[in-house]
Amino acid sequence: MGLLSDPNRRRALIGMLTRLNAPICMICYMAGVAWFMGLAFEPFTLRTYMSENAMGSTMVEERFPAGERALATGREFAAHKKKTGGMPVDWLVRTMQARGLEVYTQRFSRKLPFPDEDKERYMVKGTNVYGILRAPRAPRTEALVLSAPCSPGNENNQAVGILLGLAQYFRSQIYWAKDIIFLVNEHDLIGMQAWLEGYHHTNTTGMDWSPLQGRGGSIQAALSLELSSDVVTSLDLVLEGLNGQLPNLDLANLFYAFCQKIGVLCTTQGKLPRNDWDTTSGYSHAVQTMMLMVLKQASSRPWGDHGLFLRYHIEAASIKGVNSFRPYKTDATTVGRLLEGMYRKLNNLLERLHQSYFFYLMPSLTRFVSIGYYMPAFGLLALILLLRALDLWVQLSSPPTRTTEDGVEVVPASPGVLSILTPLVISHLTGVALYTLPVLSQELAVEHFPVSETEAVVLTAIAIYTGGTRSHDTHRLLAGEGTEQGWKVLKLVAVLYLAVLLGCTALINFSLGFILALTLVPLAAFITPHVPKTLSAVVMVILSPGLTLLFAVFFFQELQETPVTLQEGWMLYLSVISQGILDHALYGSLLYPLAALLVYPCWLLFWNILFWK
Amino acid sequence: MAAPLALLLIVAVTIRAALFRTSLANLISERVEVVSPLNAWKRVVEGLALLDLDISPYSGDVFHETPMVIYLFHFLMDYAEITFMLADCLTAVALYLAVKDYNKQVFRKQKFALEADRIPMDCLELIRSPTEMYYIPLKVAMFYLLNPFTIVSCVAKCTCGLNNAVIALFILSTMRGSALLSAIFLALATYQSIYPLTLCVPALLYLLQRLYIPVNVRRSSFWFYTLQYLFMFLGSLLVLICLSFFLLGSWDFLPAVYGFILSVPDLTPNIGLFWYFFAEMFDHFRLFFLCVFQINVFFYTLPLSIKLKEHPVFLIFMQIALIAIFKSYPTVGDLSLYMAFLPVWNHLYRFLRNIFLVSCVLLACSALFPVLWHLWIYAGSANSNFYYAITLLFSVAQVPVCLSPSLLSSRESSSKTALFTHSLLF
Repeated sequence: MGLLSDPNRRRALIGMLTRLNAPICMICYMAGVAWFMGLAFEPFTLRTYMSENAMGSTMVEERFPAGERALATGREFAAHKKKTGGMPVDWLVRTMQARGLEVYTQRFSRKLPFPDEDKERYMVKGTNVYGILRAPRAPRTEALVLSAPCSPGNENNQAVGILLGLAQYFRSQIYWAKDIIFLVNEHDLIGMQAWLEGYHHTNTTGMDWSPLQGRGGSIQAALSLELSSDVVTSLDLVLEGLNGQLPNLDLANLFYAFCQKIGVLCTTQGKLPRNDWDTTSGYSHAVQTMMLMVLKQASSRPWGDHGLFLRYHIEAASIKGVNSFRPYKTDATTVGRLLEGMYRKLNNLLERLHQSYFFYLMPSLTRFVSIGYYMPAFGLLALILLLRALDLWVQLSSPPTRTTEDGVEVVPASPGVLSILTPLVISHLTGVALYTLPVLSQELAVEHFPVSETEAVVLTAIAIYTGGTRSHDTHRLLAGEGTEQGWKVLKLVAVLYLAVLLGCTALINFSLGFILALTLVPLAAFITPHVPKTLSAVVMVILSPGLTLLFAVFFFQELQETPVTLQEGWMLYLSVISQGILDHALYGSLLYPLAALLVYPCWLLFWNILFWK
Repeated sequence: MAAPLALLLIVAVTIRAALFRTSLANLISERVEVVSPLNAWKRVVEGLALLDLDISPYSGDVFHETPMVIYLFHFLMDYAEITFMLADCLTAVALYLAVKDYNKQVFRKQKFALEADRIPMDCLELIRSPTEMYYIPLKVAMFYLLNPFTIVSCVAKCTCGLNNAVIALFILSTMRGSALLSAIFLALATYQSIYPLTLCVPALLYLLQRLYIPVNVRRSSFWFYTLQYLFMFLGSLLVLICLSFFLLGSWDFLPAVYGFILSVPDLTPNIGLFWYFFAEMFDHFRLFFLCVFQINVFFYTLPLSIKLKEHPVFLIFMQIALIAIFKSYPTVGDLSLYMAFLPVWNHLYRFLRNIFLVSCVLLACSALFPVLWHLWIYAGSANSNFYYAITLLFSVAQVPVCLSPSLLSSRESSSKTALFTHSLLF
């Protein structure tokens, strides 16, 4: 306070900040990036540890014996699935009833806003089957969920087999204090969405579903199992949920602890934890793992069936069996024992998982970075925006008086409100068009162009996106010539807008906020009407949100070690856009509205500043 | 000058009417920043339903508005939206007229001072030209009507819009020098939410100044006028309270309204400072800290009125701001009232330090409130500490907005602002 209230020191401080603005901004940017890259360096991260008392100290013994039988059930399920050409509802109901569960079904139907070409579905109709194992030892106020999706083709049969096997085995045990719900959901996330909405009596997405006939207590935790082979080499843990939400870190710790105990190879993002952090390859391995998590989280979509549970305060994760060419194999009995152990521990919970972190990044399954460590990386980037805003403010509040030839001092006129308001309003209207038009105008596009509905939606979105860049001199529409002061005010507004926008995004979804900051902040810092036009325009386009997404797609494929050619990458990019729009319509993912209604208009403001005349 | 004001009113009403028709209205009326347990529309409706069933609206712990408000809406239930829009317009017009009057006086005083050569040289740039002052009333009305805080508060049908209208009418009648009306409106405002009680002092100072009665305890005229004003104030307050008693037929409303305001039993998070603190508090300290927190509103009245006794209008502004910061259930609607006054002192804002920082903080906080609320309540990943941190920052940022003009005078050493208080209002 002393520094800010003493006028002389304050003047000196502001003088220094404005004089050294550009170098300080450069340093901040580099420091931010360096900090972020440092997060994957093992000495800077923390080892994961179990925080939850109820799960830490208690011992459980896993005795699940019936792996082979579970696989046989899985094969039977596959046969029935093939026969009915979808979910074998009757068979599942009978089998679950035979295992002593209370069985219920839920029908649901949903018409997608436009056909989903990736999963080839448009009018979705399906049935969820779930069985409840009532807790013998406690009032039935709490529940745990184990789910396995009923996927088309030959996928996931083993997961359903193990689920049924576990149901039978759990039935014979006496120590369950929470209801256990065994759920087989059809049409993966759509079915899961219907079931969760039915369970919680909400309807946020306008889906049709029949109400649930039976319910357990409030769900404390959920695991979703995906398994497509009789033996696995490793189990992969997927945490990223809707809108970048993550389950409590204790759930990951629990999984890791049991993998260690039983001796199963476990991975996250498909990457094994490594110990050679001091070598370059070890460090780059950690960076790759973390970057994969960052990209997945930034995509804001659920990366497994667990992703929708998180919205209801339920800690959930997906476990995927991976069968690669490694020699060391794990059989179904071991996987069953692992799940049994995890459920026994979850059964011991006295309250919801809350002791450990909710905001974290994982450079490997054994290491994590918490919010306090990663936020400074973002903070350093956001600081640039504040410094630029301060600089502009100082320039605006002490306008340089120019002297004309006659020696008369001319104080620059203060800019009209219209020259600021017009770009703001027009860029936001473009954003609204980008948000609403693609889905609304698909029929029109299909009539007039030789494209499918999905292509129509995506191409309309891209067309509006590129068309929006035409609106680069909107300030002259109503207010005539723009002044020198005018663009400074507009830039001040835009910079503060971007700072608030990125700050809020980073709080909800750090990865998304950070990636956007990485591309938009330098652009916001250097754009003025006086930089070379063509070059800056190219840079601006490259750093625009749309192209950021394109690069992210290529980068993601590269990290997953499945590089794609330009052609494939472009197709992938188009499908990613359609998936983003679908995720918003189906599950309420926020990325598409955020990008269309806020980030893109903000970028357009800077585009306007570049072409200010 | 009437045309721009009319245009402004039309724009403001259009915005509100449009927002009432969208689904946003429901969303906004659930926000804890916009409505408090005291003035939420949902609770008023609940109270009305109880009243219709011939049950005391204060039975149960839902309704905490005053009996006058519930009887007002008993008749105006179907016109609630119009009532709230009208209240906003009324506030704006009252503030407009009040500031216009006030500016006339300032201008007159400034002219006398100029003629008498009493203005020091380095204060000359603080002299305000008539064109500058011409637009100030309109700016005040605009700051009130187009302030997003006012708009959301109106769309949520938060009854603090009515309180603001009463306070604005009080200010107008004080400016016009009508002691009786001033006392009546002040009583009404006090009746609504206790805290405007502190506005009694600046109003009295202003009225005394207007009649050229010096504030001197040995003068009988001073005492006569003070007692007269207090009598009118307390008399109308008594009338209002008795009227409420006759309307309801019971004294239920006293604990339900004033007890509720003073003892803060409802700890729903809001933008104020009370909820977190008292949620964490051990019960046996509660009474003590309740007094400490409540006294904040009243405590500054005396020192401020001694310091600013030449500038009662500025004192009114400070008091309204203090009430908005320190009251037990503040909402953004309370903020909007004092923010409307900022243009009146716009010639002083160049001396404000950190004004840029403060406005950035206020802006960021307003955006962060819903985000952190979402993270805490819906996502479950953050907790109440996150939200309270923003609440705290928000309150801290408000303090310089209203306090630094007066702090300036006491601490600044440069000669220009040493004469600040003199030039503050002339």
